[in-house]
Amino acid sequence: MSLVIVNTRVANLASVDFAFQRFGVHATISADPAIIRAAERVVLPGVGTAGAAMRSLQSLELVNVLRELEQPVLGICLGMQMLAESSHESQGAQDKPTPCLGVIPTQIERLHDDGRHPLPHMGWNQTQVSEHPLFRGLNNPWFYYVHSFAAPVNDSAIAACDYTQPFAAAIAHKNFMGVQFHPERSGHDGAQVLKNFLEISC
Amino acid sequence: MLAKRIIPCLDVRDGQVVKGVQFRNHEVVGDIVPLATRYAAEGADELVFYDITASSDNRVVDKSWVSRVAKVINIPFAVAGGIQSIEQAREILAMGADKISVNSPALRRPDLINELVDEFGQQCVVIGVDSFYNQETQTYEVYQFTGDETRTLKTQWQTADWVQEVIARGAGEIVLNCMNQDGVRNGYDLTQLKAIRQQCTVPLIASGGAGAIEHFIDVFQQADVDGALAASVFHKGIIEMADLKTALRAAQVCIRP
Repeated sequence: MSLVIVNTRVANLASVDFAFQRFGVHATISADPAIIRAAERVVLPGVGTAGAAMRSLQSLELVNVLRELEQPVLGICLGMQMLAESSHESQGAQDKPTPCLGVIPTQIERLHDDGRHPLPHMGWNQTQVSEHPLFRGLNNPWFYYVHSFAAPVNDSAIAACDYTQPFAAAIAHKNFMGVQFHPERSGHDGAQVLKNFLEISC
Repeated sequence: MLAKRIIPCLDVRDGQVVKGVQFRNHEVVGDIVPLATRYAAEGADELVFYDITASSDNRVVDKSWVSRVAKVINIPFAVAGGIQSIEQAREILAMGADKISVNSPALRRPDLINELVDEFGQQCVVIGVDSFYNQETQTYEVYQFTGDETRTLKTQWQTADWVQEVIARGAGEIVLNCMNQDGVRNGYDLTQLKAIRQQCTVPLIASGGAGAIEHFIDVFQQADVDGALAASVFHKGIIEMADLKTALRAAQVCIRP
């Protein structure tokens, strides 16, 4: 199984790489379009902000490369948010949404501040999963989350979680999948998601 | 529902885990990687590694172990100790740490907080606060360089004001350590934690004083903190993780199985 972790420069790549290594899969970390296109599986990791991540993908000339992929693609955390149409995590003074890759029909919005829950949403939360093959073998799993922005629970959601509001714990469309939580830091349940991703056929 | 976090803290000196009483007289309790692996396997929700010598020696945390820890454990962990620049933080995050925790350098130069948040995002940036209750003035005072008693320094900040300041600068989480309680296992400083919880809009982690299972129940039920950090009770085997989680669940505290 050839696996590429996209080197977005702003992402925390090592922990995702190590998570796959723990079950014997050695990924290639690359921003080379040819290597990404040729991979059987592609992971788009991410920490940081939507604006910075999109600027990074643009400067690496990866926006269209990623959009046109046909193999299974997994976005993690901010990487998931990059797969959406746009993110309200804007940069600077203008409050315009940041256009994202637009391969999953949903938008990323700031989690509602209810005045009672601390933000960011940080920690382990129980998650309702669908029949999507990404969650095979998992029943009400616990995943580790760190985020202030999220996708709504709409038709593209394949798992849901609740904090200050219900939000999509995972989204998917065709070969593109994204998880808001960090499977690489979510114990056995998270490892199972990564294993399932390697076994998925689209 | 978001689970409350149990966070073993591993104080690191010269590549080994150590523990002192009220920040003094450190004794070696074990090697980093086996201890980290054990805590993760037993059900710890997160780990924090403090290089307690780093800030006071004006040197950066010895980093080779960060990568070794990141390779073996599948739960999140934060690294603290003398992180004074974007580049030092980047290196630690690149080796697989999930968060960096900053204490004394943020007191010396508060703009560091804004710079770290701008560069890596709020979720990566934890601010550690060492607070000492001054009985004469009846105030909580913030200290720096607490890793080295010969250089420990009282700052001009009162704890509540400093917490407000770091939140305004974008901190993603606060670890509040009450130095009066540290290592003496008499329970967390519930009075202070309750007061800070009222004004703390980001996750708040209690630190200092855990000595018995009841202390964890109290701090979650009474101070509503997001996580409880503890060291000696775990290192010395006074509390077993499984027993702690069972007791918390019985007390209706939301805990990850």
